[in-house]
Amino acid sequence: MFTALLIEQLLNGLQLGVMLFLMAAGLTLIFGVMGLINLAHGSLYMIGAFACATVAAATGSFWIGLIASLAAAAGVGAIIEVAVIRRLYDRDHLDQVLATFALILILSEGARWLFGSFPLYLDIPPLLQGAVPLPGGGQYQLYRLAIIGVGVAVAVGLYLLISRTRLGMRIRAGESDREMIGALGVDIGTLYTVVFALGAALAGLAGALVGALQSVQVGMGEPVLILAFVVIVIGGIGSIKGALVGAVIVGVVDTMGRFLLPSLLALTMPASQATTIGAALASMLIYVVMALILAFRPSGLFSAQS
Amino acid sequence: MTRETTINLVLALLLLGAPMLAASLGEPFYVTLATRIAVLALAAVGLNLALGLGGLLSFGHAAFFGLGGYVAGILATHAFNAEPLFAGIPATTSMPLIWITAVAVAGLVALPIGAISLRTSGVYFIMITLAFAQMIYYFAISWPAYGGEDGLSLSMRNAFPGVNTAKPLPYFLICYAALMAALLLFRVVEGSRFGSALQAARQNGTRLAAVGIAPFNIRLVAFAVSAMITGFAGALYADLNRFVGPSMLSWHMSGELIVLIILGGKGRLFGPVAGAMIFVFFEYVLGGITERWQFFLGLILLGIVLFARGGLLGLLSGKPRHV
Repeated sequence: MFTALLIEQLLNGLQLGVMLFLMAAGLTLIFGVMGLINLAHGSLYMIGAFACATVAAATGSFWIGLIASLAAAAGVGAIIEVAVIRRLYDRDHLDQVLATFALILILSEGARWLFGSFPLYLDIPPLLQGAVPLPGGGQYQLYRLAIIGVGVAVAVGLYLLISRTRLGMRIRAGESDREMIGALGVDIGTLYTVVFALGAALAGLAGALVGALQSVQVGMGEPVLILAFVVIVIGGIGSIKGALVGAVIVGVVDTMGRFLLPSLLALTMPASQATTIGAALASMLIYVVMALILAFRPSGLFSAQS
Repeated sequence: MTRETTINLVLALLLLGAPMLAASLGEPFYVTLATRIAVLALAAVGLNLALGLGGLLSFGHAAFFGLGGYVAGILATHAFNAEPLFAGIPATTSMPLIWITAVAVAGLVALPIGAISLRTSGVYFIMITLAFAQMIYYFAISWPAYGGEDGLSLSMRNAFPGVNTAKPLPYFLICYAALMAALLLFRVVEGSRFGSALQAARQNGTRLAAVGIAPFNIRLVAFAVSAMITGFAGALYADLNRFVGPSMLSWHMSGELIVLIILGGKGRLFGPVAGAMIFVFFEYVLGGITERWQFFLGLILLGIVLFARGGLLGLLSGKPRHV
């Protein structure tokens, strides 16, 4: 029984990690190519979830909703990039933080205006309902497994995109020397818009996928955004590989901590006390891990910039 | 007297005079509003020391603000229930003692956070300070002893010897005095050898190291002092609202403190005061017109960042100041 529970929690951790990877990949790509810190990335996640829930409710199909979430997040991302973000590339981090903080206020309040304060709900598509048996007894939700599959597919897709395609070559070139690729005739403005929209679409995809597991509401992106920050700090800002490794570390450590710490503490203290203290400590665990990693590698595990 | 000094004097007198006038007209609400301005400005003065002088963009100062608040809340709750804190140490409702504790706790927490965060710089520093603040936020939420997600209510305001703190005006005067003291400290630090080193560390850390001063130590001290001032403000804020909750620790609070400084003018002595005045004014006026005031605050903030750099004091006192 314990083995089955352990496997289930490991898978949950992996699923959280994959979600975080979708968020962190966009953030780290945007930072790596444009040098921009984007706090509003969580709002794009929220937009994806709202678009999916609304369209799925109107059409009755989760899959159309999923496409809508990608389109909505990429579209809003492109609009934001052209209208606001573009002016921030040569500003310092303070201005970027403030402007994107302002965007959060606008987008969150705007979403509340449009959709109201009540959460929306999104059903798991019929195709992915049901459960899969686990070794050692127990069952696991098929939908969560599918999320893990999507995450792996996106990771592979991103790898191929960046290492094998012309766009990926330009993205890599933009990371190392933006003036030079501009001089070689690449339209850097369009490239930036495309990269930003790509990151936004990944965030929107994450939002839509998680929307079927949780309620869809204003502010849902912010906790995920901060976890994604932890991920890219651990992985090294600008590195997609680092984002993947960091995301899995954070997802698994967080989930396993919440699962194991209370039981571990119960060996040394009364059960009720162990539950509360364990829960409180588990909520701090990933930050402790982050601090430890930074103490040895101040620029993360796979730093792209030295 | 430069133009900025005149404006500073006007702001100081305005913040003092307006609530006194309101109190004499029997409008205690406006006194409370002015107290809110004073306390938020105090918190931002703390951050301004790190951000304005030291160039340390801490996105986690809500942690220290909230810690100060929780110190006030926890001490008052224990004192109210006549429970000792731990090891038989009695709790207290005396404001000066609470303040000392809040300042000490904020400083002690800021040292390890600063020591780890300051090993990095730039975006890393922003994200790590944010992450540490979130850590404390989640701890406060999941620790049920002091209210967890619901926070702690104080049954009454804590006591200050010889002052009736329950009345709005005396409490405002306490907060105003605290703000003025912090501004004086900011001025003294800015002009001191330490302040020069701190500003040099912002402009060029390598060059500072080359003349034999380690930027890390200077920054760490500045970060801790900055956290202590913000923690002090947190204790006052808890007493103002007679409530402390996780929202004081949330990252929105950290963002708002930065916003205050930018609205007023970064690195300027009275920047946080001007910023807090504008912020509370917007909150009150826009909040009275529409429930969606944060939407418009976002638009205004975006406009200021994109088009009006230097904040209100930058606009008024004209002289460009590269900070």
